[in-house]
Amino acid sequence: MIEGFTALYIFMLAAFTGYEVISRVPVILHTPLMSGSNFVHGIVLVGAMIALGHAEGTTEQIVGFIGVILAAGNAVGGYVVTERMLEMFKSSKGGAK
Amino acid sequence: VPIIEAVYFAAALLFILGLRKMSSPVTARGGIVWAGIGMVIATLVTFLTPHMSNFILMILAIAIGSTLAWVTAKKVAMTDMPQMIALYNGMGGGAAAAIAGVELSKFSQGTLDSNLTVQTLAVAGALIGSIAFSGSLIAFAKLQGWMKRTVRYPHQQLINLILFAGLVLLGIINLIVPNPYLVIIFFVLAVIFGILMTLPIGGADMPVVISLFNALTGLAVGFEGFVIGNAAMIIAGTVVGASGTLLTQLMAKAMNRPISNVLFKSFGETASAG
Repeated sequence: MIEGFTALYIFMLAAFTGYEVISRVPVILHTPLMSGSNFVHGIVLVGAMIALGHAEGTTEQIVGFIGVILAAGNAVGGYVVTERMLEMFKSSKGGAK
Repeated sequence: VPIIEAVYFAAALLFILGLRKMSSPVTARGGIVWAGIGMVIATLVTFLTPHMSNFILMILAIAIGSTLAWVTAKKVAMTDMPQMIALYNGMGGGAAAAIAGVELSKFSQGTLDSNLTVQTLAVAGALIGSIAFSGSLIAFAKLQGWMKRTVRYPHQQLINLILFAGLVLLGIINLIVPNPYLVIIFFVLAVIFGILMTLPIGGADMPVVISLFNALTGLAVGFEGFVIGNAAMIIAGTVVGASGTLLTQLMAKAMNRPISNVLFKSFGETASAG
């Protein structure tokens, strides 16, 4: 378990990191970056798995089960869509890999 | 277990470095691969979490969700990408809300000892996640052409404001007296609010709105990460919440419109334009 103030420090530093990490993004990358960050919050899959793993009773199991389906969709769909979008940058950059 | 924690740490690092690479055209393609590796190792190591059950359900759910998403994401035309981002983002918001649902159910039945901080963040994540869920689905339906009309009625913003205030109130009541039925009503109303909030926004503004819902899902994931006690979720969710907020502002600026204008002033905008 993460204690209150430790969590607060993590929140604060992560928020600054998120802000700084994309501060110089060119306009053509707006949509791919949105898609990429959409993939990154697919980490919700880990939480959904833990929630389902601890679910007791039918209602919790159903909710947890739906949660894992949705989270897996977020992660996999987010990855494939981002990959396909960034694929286009290969040709336009002349194979700069 | 130290190995699990070490893998989550590595995953969080890969996500941040991946996003960093994705914000430059030359390195962008490598960025998604790095983030992808982080996701795979984090998912695999989660199976080792102690005291878990329902593994068959878990694997079945992952198989269903992944297959559906894989097939749809591969098939869709390049021009339809924005609505697919909305769809998958909505799924993420729904997943965050589902986590909150399981945990709030435990609190309301007394199977988890009450903890005000955890419960508050669970409720906040439930609210934000549900709004991102239904709002993103409306955004998807609009861009997909399933919903052509922009629905507007008198006092729209006032009704939304009252509904939102009611949701906050319900959430606070549930903190004081946790109750399973209250939790269900709370989720239903939150989903309705997400729909009502997105209905009046026109199709041209949707990319900005999707970016906003993306940031909201990130925030909800960060909150639920605290509820579950998973630092990788807190970091990845908060990073997306912050970068998504900045990205939303940048996108609105690229369209020459302030974000408040996109969200609340769609009525006047159309009237003056048309």
